[in-house]
Amino acid sequence: MKDAAASELPTDKELVPASTKVARATRKTNRDVNAGDRIFRGVTTFFAGLVVVTLAAVAIQLVMTAWPSLSKFGFHFLYTRDWNPVEDEFGALPFLYGTVVSSTLALCIAVPIALGIAIFLTELAPPWMRSPVSFLVELLAAVPSVVYGLWGIFVLAPWLRDTVEPGISKVLGFIPMFRVPESGSTGLGMFTAGLILSIMILPTISSIAREVLKATPLPLREGALALGSTRWEVVRYVILPYARSGIVGAIILGLGRALGETMAVTMVIGNSPNISASLFAPSYTMASIIANEFTEATGKIHLAALAEIGLLLFVVTFILNVLARLLVWRVAAGRRYKTAGGRT
Amino acid sequence: MTDNLANPRITARTMNEDSDRVSGPPEILKAKIRADDVHAFYGAKEAIKGITLDVAEKEVTAFIGPSGCGKSTFLRCFNRMHEIIPGARVAGRVLLDGSDIYDAEIDPVRVRRRVGMVFQKPNPFPTMSIRENVLAGLKLNGLKINDADRLVEESLQQAALWDEVKDSLHLSGTSLSGGQQQRLCIARSLALEPEVLLMDEPCSALDPIATARVEELIHELGGKYTIVIVTHSMQQAARVSDRTAFFYLGELIEYDATDTIFTKPSDPRTEDYITGRFG
Amino acid sequence: MASYTQRKLVDRIVTGLCICAALLAIIPLGSVLFYVTKQGIGAVNWDFFTKLPKPVGETGGGMAHAIVGTLTILGIACLIGVPTGILGGIYLAEFGGTRFSKIVRFSADVLTGVPSIVIGIFVYVIIVVPTKQFSAMAGGVALAILMLPTVVRTTDELLRLVPDALREGALALGVPKWRATVSIVLRTAAPGIATGVMLAVARVAGETAPLLFTAFGNLGWSDGIGSPTASLPVQIFNYSVSPYADWHRQAWAAALVLVALVLFFNLLARLLVRDRSPAR
Repeated sequence: MKDAAASELPTDKELVPASTKVARATRKTNRDVNAGDRIFRGVTTFFAGLVVVTLAAVAIQLVMTAWPSLSKFGFHFLYTRDWNPVEDEFGALPFLYGTVVSSTLALCIAVPIALGIAIFLTELAPPWMRSPVSFLVELLAAVPSVVYGLWGIFVLAPWLRDTVEPGISKVLGFIPMFRVPESGSTGLGMFTAGLILSIMILPTISSIAREVLKATPLPLREGALALGSTRWEVVRYVILPYARSGIVGAIILGLGRALGETMAVTMVIGNSPNISASLFAPSYTMASIIANEFTEATGKIHLAALAEIGLLLFVVTFILNVLARLLVWRVAAGRRYKTAGGRT
Repeated sequence: MTDNLANPRITARTMNEDSDRVSGPPEILKAKIRADDVHAFYGAKEAIKGITLDVAEKEVTAFIGPSGCGKSTFLRCFNRMHEIIPGARVAGRVLLDGSDIYDAEIDPVRVRRRVGMVFQKPNPFPTMSIRENVLAGLKLNGLKINDADRLVEESLQQAALWDEVKDSLHLSGTSLSGGQQQRLCIARSLALEPEVLLMDEPCSALDPIATARVEELIHELGGKYTIVIVTHSMQQAARVSDRTAFFYLGELIEYDATDTIFTKPSDPRTEDYITGRFG
Repeated sequence: MASYTQRKLVDRIVTGLCICAALLAIIPLGSVLFYVTKQGIGAVNWDFFTKLPKPVGETGGGMAHAIVGTLTILGIACLIGVPTGILGGIYLAEFGGTRFSKIVRFSADVLTGVPSIVIGIFVYVIIVVPTKQFSAMAGGVALAILMLPTVVRTTDELLRLVPDALREGALALGVPKWRATVSIVLRTAAPGIATGVMLAVARVAGETAPLLFTAFGNLGWSDGIGSPTASLPVQIFNYSVSPYADWHRQAWAAALVLVALVLFFNLLARLLVRDRSPAR
């Protein structure tokens, strides 16, 4: 019956002129006369509004808390490297560097693997394998960050220090990036942090990429298969081009997670505000400095400087999220249009 | 309750055989529902373009017409269900026993308790048992139920479903067959003791045997309730209804005794439709 | 164009690479679960669940206070986050289509991406500073904010899966909209929403960063929800970065309990779906 009504919905924007008499006689029939319904609408609107209020309040409070630092250091904050609570001198460059490099490293490792999994699960895997494999990948997201950190300290870091880093250093040591620092490596450093981050963002990227891949219209696939393409060729020439912007969106969302990830990174990155050429040297990230110093920050400027780092994280993740969702929506919207009847 | 015939304005129009307007069927002794210049809109689109029509009490009235002609929309104006679609609105008056259900003081919720509705697709509540479905209207309205068992039995009896489900009242409403589900929905409406029952293509999702069953039921209920049924099947209209109204492009083309409509329609468009030349 | 055998070969190789990717992802998962179980099982005993930590140097002791603290903070988070999220989701699904509902959906999506440590700062500023007190309450609020967008969007999506026919059926019986929504629509979608809530709880149960400067921590029992409160994640963090081997053992034990708790919520969520699949 809804369908019957829907078929009568206007198909074009052409206005059917109603006589003025009719227009005057029209009453607002959408109004709820029922008091219970008015209250219900009011209450649910209020709680929905809380979501908006919370987001706005987070932004406002961050700016207010960070204000002393924002006004004192201005843009210097972004490219100076003094971090001295005693002298009230703060520059966030080492932390920005640590965050950017560890996240980039994480993306370099996670993206190919995540996309491989997404393609495998949507296109290539035999049906019986899909559900258990996707369950395991989802489980990867369920493990708490702090547990990854614990595992990183006691399992991953020693293994990297003793086996992987010397190996890489031996082969690629002529590049400064892959050279173990003079002082030796503890296994706690940028490389370990990047590796752990890649594990943590992998499920994010692969699950969104899967959604996007699934959105490829069936006729497109069938058309290509009917032409005698192999499954990989269908993926390569039909599905990936169609899903490209959505996949970029998935990667950006993964980046957003990596930038803000705190505990595991704090536990394995070594927490030393250096800008070192070597990936095996300890470093520091924006989230880590907040985690380590926020409760101990007694100085007003110190607290403000930490809040400013928080504000930077907020702004960057905000922008990345908006961007990513626009990209993912564009692909997913095509699918929604195809499959769901949608409510009027 | 006002006697409509006592209203001189209405009496005058009923007697005035104005063929430009509605060729109203003769001898409606008491109009249960009177639509007075009803317009219905979806946004800017006018789906019903000013229809005036009386529905006779305790008879079955059928609305027929090609799909998209507005018959379902018009039906939904009778219990204020049209307006729940975003952007939809109604203009004009719909009088139920002489009082306008679109009056600003009237709560649509109360109108719907008096005017029941059965939908195209059966829609029993999936989280409720058969018994709970029958009682749903009363329970959800917070009304007191004196003798629930009797009410359930009576309602299901009236809907000709009792014998089939009396031993399985605790089963989920959705476990029934399509035809049984539709009769359960009819029982659910009847439990509220409505004065009017609106049926929006109640058999279109059912197989022929279930359809026959429901049609029989509509015919039986006709003597006790005022029933308005929208149907795309002319045979169905001919079988179950006393009066038939033919709609086309949001307008009422012809309204007469069912026999007359199907044997000697006065408008060529009606004739074209019932002889299958379009629609 | 390459010959058919060549193309077939490429197809095989790519499939192989994709399988490798899947295996690569599962190795760390296996390793984490293996070590957490292996290292944790030795330290998990009756004392771990019933005793407080011993001072440094003495072996033994447990984390009873942190287990109770985690459950307290989660309880507060649920009490605040779940009703708020469900009511907000009802607005989106039942009264949506307005410009305001677009803003709400957008805010919820953005809030999902805000790093949890930033939420920690926010709650510190609005609760800890005014009350001059780290507290379980503050920790609960932080976790509630983290679960809010998930609960809102899950409720929104699941309510929109409920067929309109049911809404109309209820309204046509003369049922007020609020009652139809609560008793028919919400009830039909309830199993799915419960699943979403469980997953949201599982996700925030392991959150550490926002608790560092809200619930803070406590060496012993908390004095109430207005006082600093220990939690398993913060305890794991503090113990694992300490230099004491015995604390490391305790950290592994706490990790085992935390992972078990998180997996329990995940499993519960899955069982809820399987048990009563939402009616369509």
